[in-house]
Amino acid sequence: MSDGTPKTPAGPGVKADVIPEATPAAKVGAAAARNRVGLTRADYDGSKSTLCPGCGHNAITAAIIQAAFESGVQPHEVAKLSGIGCSSKTPAYFLGHSHGFNAVHGRMPSIATGVRVANQKLLLIGISGDGDTASIGLGQFCHLVRRNVPVVYIIENNGVYGLTKGQFSATADVGSTTKGGSVNEFMPIDCCALAIELGCGFVARSFSGDLKQLRPLLKAAFAHRGTAVLDVISPCVTFADHEGSSKSYAYVKEHDAPLHDIEYVPYFEDITVDYEPGTTRDVQMPDGSHIYLKKLAADYDPTSRERALASIHEARGEQKLITGLLYAEPTLQAFEDELELVGTPLAALTQEQVRPPKSVLDTVMEQLKTGKGA
Amino acid sequence: MDLEPIVNDFSIQVATVNGSGSQTANTVLLRALFQMGIPVSGKNLFPSNIAGLPTWFTIRANQDGYIARRKENDILVVMNPETAADDVAAMGPGAVIVLNDSIKVPAIAEDRIVYPVPMAKLMEPITTDVKLRRLVVNMIYVGVLGELLGLAEDEVERVLDAQLGHKPKALALNHAAVRAGWEYAHAHFEKRHPFRAARMNATQGKILIDGNAAGALGSLFGGVTVVTWYPITPSSSLVESLIGYLDRFRKDPATGKATYAVVQAEDEIAAIGMVLGAGWAGARAMTSTSGPGISLMSEFTGYGYYAEIPAVIWDIQRVGPSTGLPTRTAQGDVLFAHLSSHGDTKHPILFPSSVRDCYDFGVQAFDLAERLQTPVFVLSDLDLGMNNWMSDPFPYPDKPWDRGKVLGDSELKSMAKFERYRDVDGDGIPFRTLPGTHDPKGAYFTRGSGHDEGARYTEKPDDYRRVMDRLSAKFETARTLVPPPVVDDQGCAAGIIAYGSSHWAVVEARDQLRNEADVKTDYLLLKALPFSDAVAAFVRRHERIYVVEQNRDAQMTSLLKIEYPEHAARFRPVLHYDGLPIDARSVSTGIKSDAAVGALAAAGEVVIR
Repeated sequence: MSDGTPKTPAGPGVKADVIPEATPAAKVGAAAARNRVGLTRADYDGSKSTLCPGCGHNAITAAIIQAAFESGVQPHEVAKLSGIGCSSKTPAYFLGHSHGFNAVHGRMPSIATGVRVANQKLLLIGISGDGDTASIGLGQFCHLVRRNVPVVYIIENNGVYGLTKGQFSATADVGSTTKGGSVNEFMPIDCCALAIELGCGFVARSFSGDLKQLRPLLKAAFAHRGTAVLDVISPCVTFADHEGSSKSYAYVKEHDAPLHDIEYVPYFEDITVDYEPGTTRDVQMPDGSHIYLKKLAADYDPTSRERALASIHEARGEQKLITGLLYAEPTLQAFEDELELVGTPLAALTQEQVRPPKSVLDTVMEQLKTGKGA
Repeated sequence: MDLEPIVNDFSIQVATVNGSGSQTANTVLLRALFQMGIPVSGKNLFPSNIAGLPTWFTIRANQDGYIARRKENDILVVMNPETAADDVAAMGPGAVIVLNDSIKVPAIAEDRIVYPVPMAKLMEPITTDVKLRRLVVNMIYVGVLGELLGLAEDEVERVLDAQLGHKPKALALNHAAVRAGWEYAHAHFEKRHPFRAARMNATQGKILIDGNAAGALGSLFGGVTVVTWYPITPSSSLVESLIGYLDRFRKDPATGKATYAVVQAEDEIAAIGMVLGAGWAGARAMTSTSGPGISLMSEFTGYGYYAEIPAVIWDIQRVGPSTGLPTRTAQGDVLFAHLSSHGDTKHPILFPSSVRDCYDFGVQAFDLAERLQTPVFVLSDLDLGMNNWMSDPFPYPDKPWDRGKVLGDSELKSMAKFERYRDVDGDGIPFRTLPGTHDPKGAYFTRGSGHDEGARYTEKPDDYRRVMDRLSAKFETARTLVPPPVVDDQGCAAGIIAYGSSHWAVVEARDQLRNEADVKTDYLLLKALPFSDAVAAFVRRHERIYVVEQNRDAQMTSLLKIEYPEHAARFRPVLHYDGLPIDARSVSTGIKSDAAVGALAAAGEVVIR
């Protein structure tokens, strides 16, 4: 529950280049501007961040707030879930009117799966980190993706353990160093490549400092029905923002290779975006909304799994960090479809709906007397 | 030979090979006796193996209703060459040995009664299919025992029909094999043994079911909506039975859509995580596992305790740790489950002692978990869970379900504020809301050990202590809500406390003590933790208390001593821990070996120090 204090997710020490850009609503100076469900941006705030000033995670928090506001998400229909780590603390800092669940280390995916089967009407926003996902939680992450449980799964990835003060995580690049100078010798786990390999229907990578790219990706992820993985490089200003880290601001700024500009058009808005033919790609979401990818360098096809994996590997070879919507297959069957659940959330079923009548018990008892058909 | 017949009091052991298809044959024997009205139990002693290793099935028929395992068997059926020598050597004087005559065994003492049967030869005219011969040969011993014991032919036929009626060809083959065995025994054997089966009237209207299926039925009628699991012996059959019942009875007839979800998780950590997620969101969620799974779940279990999330966890106990004897029974998880997780945690546990309890607790565990907003364990065991037990038919639940203290929008509307972890009415149990609740007052943030009454983050010493003390108060409320013990108090000086599947051995052992040593005992059958007031009263009233357990370390005895330190000297553990189900003789011998037992003979009139 929100404690009612004013919220500024991006802390005072946020660097100039990651301060969220002014939103259209903010531009007209109307703090009380309302979205399509009649809420103001402040209705999407959470409590004050306790992370280090300038932490990339704060910028992601701000992007989530902005994206949720712009999408007109109903806060009470959202459940915020996380594991353990700096990133996993952030659900307290956004959507204070949503139920939140800060679980145990690496196990948010199983919590999300349980919540989703109990109530498939909820929008689940899962926040994890690179340690929480790629080390202790790798198994649960893989199985969440494999089941295609509808969760917006955000990895706030800084390649380092912050809360325990600077140890490597499994996403740290070979040759990167800790603040103390030790060098990582192990291959990094690329969560995006892994998710694509496991059949994930929405895989994107972005950078906490690139709100312009992150916001439409988040809005598209909210509309996706299935697991949506967003690996967001988020520099750790305390333990990894130094020369030897491949996840520092300077490094990422220099090596970021965006795939495309992204526009997201929700289903409830008239589609007015007009791209020149041949330069954009339209990905339609099941709810009728659209993601438009504006071509930058190459003619990138986000519906090709092979192309997505090749792009990730090529970029790695060039020591580049490829960002954007890497892979999208929005029509995959979601987990609850496979379970063939009734329309009413299981959590809301009445006793009459879940306790079979006495005649059923009588039938079973009769079978157990004779052993026939039991 | 003139022998005084022993009617309806014998144990049969069939020694066979895992995967050889003896299960149907053993079911026919068990059910034929049952349908003759004779109290029976059937126990499968099997290896951790799919095919090839030795396995034993024991059937006990007893007119007095004793259905615990007996250590000694009266009748042996030798079907496994590997173990034949040991199996035969274990039989005492007067025992009956039905021998598949193709199996070579060392010379058998004269005072054992051997009936060699040319099983392979008898199978020859029945089928030419070698594979079928191997499976159906088991029916030969059914026919032989039918003749030797005097089983009612019509009951054997009825069981065969119930088991195989849907497969006419198989029915005909099996029927032919039973007949061949029956006729061979009739023509060739003079009955030199005293054991006979005779119709009686002690099983009319009763059912035969294993504890796992009973637990599944209870869960079905308890209104389970989310089931998660990871396969593990001896628990898998609970979920598999449940899946069968859910598939039959919990699909919307109009749409075919399910009012439940079953998720086979990637491991037990995920299984309990899913249960907590679903319970938090308002579903009736459960998982079923065994000791190794409980080990993996322990971090989440403690989280559930502190974050106060309903969950039902079945633990079908087996020998531990790790592998080795995963298919043998034990009650070794009592302390571990009760205190599972780091920090100060304690969980309510239900201990089913019968298939009826398994059913009842299947229903009640959900009510308790939701009322108390905490994980609730149900500790069954392999003996209860995987073996067949007689019972009266289960009654339909007589009470509506209890969803506990949940606030919806209509209640929140009239409230000035909502605090998730505030005890507003003194029972230690706060109110909760579910995600999806519209009123913004209802939202709260769930986390581990750092929260105050309003679910706000805190690391203040006083806040933590207050929450811990309220959780203790809630545990006191649990005392009044868990199923009370069943007490037979006749005013004796000595009492017995037992729980779970040990109950049946205790029932028989009390009679042995009374009849053989003139020791009269009172009895408390424990059904749950925490201990309710009735347990305290029983402990106060008895000067010597024998606690019967199927573990090495006297785990329940330890809890009793902690709970009643002033009476700690009264408790004497009687322990059984070899992986086999406990038998009455072990209990009565254990009690008789107590030096004070002589004084106890004068029941209720002496003071024991």
